[in-house]
Amino acid sequence: MAELTTAEASTESHATSLGLSNEKLGMWTLLGSECLFFGALISAYLVYYGRYNGVPEVSPALYDIPFTSVSTFVLLMSSLGMVLALSAIQRGDDRGFRIWILSTAMMGTVFLSGQIYEFTVFVNEGMRLDTSPFASSFYVLTSFHGIHVTLGVLMLVTLWARSMTGKLTEANADVVENVGLYWHFVDIVWIVIFTAIYLIPYEQVTG
Amino acid sequence: MADADDLEHADHPDSSQYIVVGIILAVFTAVEVAISFATVPAGVAVPSLIILTILKFALVVLWFMHLRFDSGWFRRLFLFGLVIALAVYAATISLMLYAGGNQPT
Repeated sequence: MAELTTAEASTESHATSLGLSNEKLGMWTLLGSECLFFGALISAYLVYYGRYNGVPEVSPALYDIPFTSVSTFVLLMSSLGMVLALSAIQRGDDRGFRIWILSTAMMGTVFLSGQIYEFTVFVNEGMRLDTSPFASSFYVLTSFHGIHVTLGVLMLVTLWARSMTGKLTEANADVVENVGLYWHFVDIVWIVIFTAIYLIPYEQVTG
Repeated sequence: MADADDLEHADHPDSSQYIVVGIILAVFTAVEVAISFATVPAGVAVPSLIILTILKFALVVLWFMHLRFDSGWFRRLFLFGLVIALAVYAATISLMLYAGGNQPT
């Protein structure tokens, strides 16, 4: 019994054929498929990032790396907030959970605000969705990531609201863990985007 | 016998470990930004950025997403998607290198 794994233990109360939580298994399957989704979008960007369609001034040189670095830092710290929220609810600390989950949602909102601001600056600089294949692939990739962050923020706020009304407690912390998996996935996708889409192209264009 | 909840969370890191991982992630991000602004040859900068990204990715997946502590089924499911995605990257990079796929136009 001492060697019982985390996943097996978590499903003692509702046995499944694999001995794993169906919801958690479903979430990991979704995340595995999302790797393919974002993999395709990042690859499309890599193919097109040199295609400026005769508008070479619309290139990675437009990127504001310090600004995006702050956004990246905020998203990374939101992942820390998420695990601290999970840790709190697993300990039965509902107040701590509500503080951390709301902090995480707020950091996600700050990240989204930064992305909207960045898009506005780029459009003012002449980088529109139809300017070039480079611009199109950039906007499609980062917008899809932004949509994922938006869905994540909505789920976090829902968890906070459910906790406030007493519908989310230590007994159903599994729900928080699954939302947390989704949120961390959004974070790791951005870790890849930040390097592959922002830093390396910027280094190559300006270096 | 310990109850299910005790067993479920016995292997998970505590809050202090999460904070240490968070600090490491912040430091790695700062180093990435410093590399992108420093006058480092691209031959050194790009591999360094890729290595730091892999380390950050691994830290989040293994600690924050608990893949280090959870069932191997979850690991396999995630790796399956990740390996295919990496194969797509490899095919794309091959296209760029051997067919001039990203030449400025």
